[in-house]
Amino acid sequence: MPALTYREAIRDAMSEAMRRDDDVFVMGEDIAEMGGSMGVTQGMLDEFGPDRVRNTPISEMAIVGAGIGAAVSGMRPIVEVMYQDFMTLAMEQLVQQAAKHRFMSGGQIKVPLTIRTQGGAGWSPGAQHAQQLEAWFLHVPGIKVVFASTPADARGLLWSSIYDDNPVVFFEHRTLYNLKGDVPAEIDGIELGRARVHREGEDVTIVATGRLVHEALKAAEEAEQDGISVEVVDPRTLLPLDEETIVASVRKTSRCVVAHEAVVRMGFGAEVAAIVQHQAFDYLDAPVERVGAKFAPIPFAPVMEEYVIPHAEDVLAAVRRTMGKD
Amino acid sequence: MATLEEKGQSASTERLKEFLREMLLIRRFEEKVEERFRAGELPGFLHVAIGQEAVAVGVCRALEEGDVIASTHRAHGHTIAKGTHPNEVMAELYGKVEGTSHGYGGSMHLYDVERGNLGANAVVGGGLPGIVGAALAFKLRGEPRVAVAFFGDGATNIGTFHESLNLAQLWMVPAVFVCENNRYAESTPAKQHLPIEDMTKRAEAYGMTSMAVDGQDVEAVYEAARKALKQARDGRGPVFVVADCVRLSGHYVGDPQVYRPKEEILELRKSRDPIELLRARLELADEDWEEMDREATRIAEDSVEFAKKGTDPRPEDALKNVYA
Repeated sequence: MPALTYREAIRDAMSEAMRRDDDVFVMGEDIAEMGGSMGVTQGMLDEFGPDRVRNTPISEMAIVGAGIGAAVSGMRPIVEVMYQDFMTLAMEQLVQQAAKHRFMSGGQIKVPLTIRTQGGAGWSPGAQHAQQLEAWFLHVPGIKVVFASTPADARGLLWSSIYDDNPVVFFEHRTLYNLKGDVPAEIDGIELGRARVHREGEDVTIVATGRLVHEALKAAEEAEQDGISVEVVDPRTLLPLDEETIVASVRKTSRCVVAHEAVVRMGFGAEVAAIVQHQAFDYLDAPVERVGAKFAPIPFAPVMEEYVIPHAEDVLAAVRRTMGKD
Repeated sequence: MATLEEKGQSASTERLKEFLREMLLIRRFEEKVEERFRAGELPGFLHVAIGQEAVAVGVCRALEEGDVIASTHRAHGHTIAKGTHPNEVMAELYGKVEGTSHGYGGSMHLYDVERGNLGANAVVGGGLPGIVGAALAFKLRGEPRVAVAFFGDGATNIGTFHESLNLAQLWMVPAVFVCENNRYAESTPAKQHLPIEDMTKRAEAYGMTSMAVDGQDVEAVYEAARKALKQARDGRGPVFVVADCVRLSGHYVGDPQVYRPKEEILELRKSRDPIELLRARLELADEDWEEMDREATRIAEDSVEFAKKGTDPRPEDALKNVYA
């Protein structure tokens, strides 16, 4: 199996789709000569030319909207929105247009649009370049939401997103781009709506997304030293959500921790907690614990940033609480 | 023997009669919409384009097979002019399965993709970026098609308008932007929302070909639209068309129009009604006019009958069509 970085894996999915299919193209700010602000599209301009690797003005509404119009007209566009913080600028087009065209037309239209965006704290970009806003999109019927945490998942899930007939918001985490991992020799889709169990365990289930998958795996290693057996589940697709795998895991372990980098309040973890208490109530031996950022914008000063966002030790503390060991 | 010029004139007269027939149909249809809304039969929120029929008909008659449009909250006229049968439009307003969107859309979300209507939009300016994208798809595939956005003067104040025109011109996509300049953004008159008089400047700022036309003159609209569509189709870039028009009705059906002097509407009805202007110009005999009117009225009435006999959707079907 070849090893790719998370960044290369994402590029590989886009490039392979563009080689196979003229309907696929990519557009966004600084993605051509510069290769994207995170270097994800590096080299693609040379291979595919400026018609299919399109630099755009700084116009998030128009580029997401143009993606919608092209998708409705038979293309499979990939729009890169440089930071998920800037998705705020495109919300009308995404929420009012992309998510609803199929519904409002009574099924006449499909919108096979993929919006790739990235974000995440841990490098002091300050409050307007580091948020994790995925929960906003989970509240909107009509779109799908993906958040990959490994190179293999990023490639397979992006492939499926490109070929999905619905608008998909594909989240990448800023701190994972250099993470290296094995990917299958042949590119293949990973079904949207299927979780990955990263590690099996008996005592506690951690449901984690994005960067927190890796923090959860670290916490699980440490918990094991303490004799606590931890299962780590990454839903990978937040909408649709693989409730079955999450609930089955919690029914086995009887304890659940949900971990994400976004703020805890009204976050993805709240929905998971609701699902778990409803579908595994009789199995639970402890309240569902939520781990996430403290309720503040992401601060600049590194010491403050570190304080606000969650780490492996926060996940471990939550695991220990569910075991009555705090 | 008729001279070529005379033959041309008679073809043009025939075409104008067709335009009149269609404008009158839209008028009678929308009057029926007002009537049935007041009778309490139509749910929701309705906007008629009474007074603006010449823009819908003049532009849509200039389109070619394969061209697409995006419409606004004031969409009945555009939709009928783009070829959707009034029965299907009325059925949608009644929330019936036989409606254009099978009851999922309503008056502000009329779609007819088969006929090139990519959807009416209840967000002012919401459809413009999509039209740029549709035009981009046509350009990338080398198809000789044009994408047309309808919107009002109010929409020229929202960001999507500016971002879309900039992008369209930058990429030279085959798009035409038709601004129905009725001088009201809902209730707010132009002097309170537009800092400039000459709306063509809006597009000139982006280096776009920009033209103004009398939106009450259907022939002028048709000719301007043909010119604009040709430029776009030939790959010479998008065009902005400002159609100066008048809204002879309120913003929504039932709008008491407290913001507008009563005399203004009465005066405009007398002097600027596009249907009356064209009727006078064609010097139609009374009996020809009456026959045309009877036919339009009958189609409008039939659409109500059709809609009332339509099928109510099953409530649980509300959960369909959320995802493809």
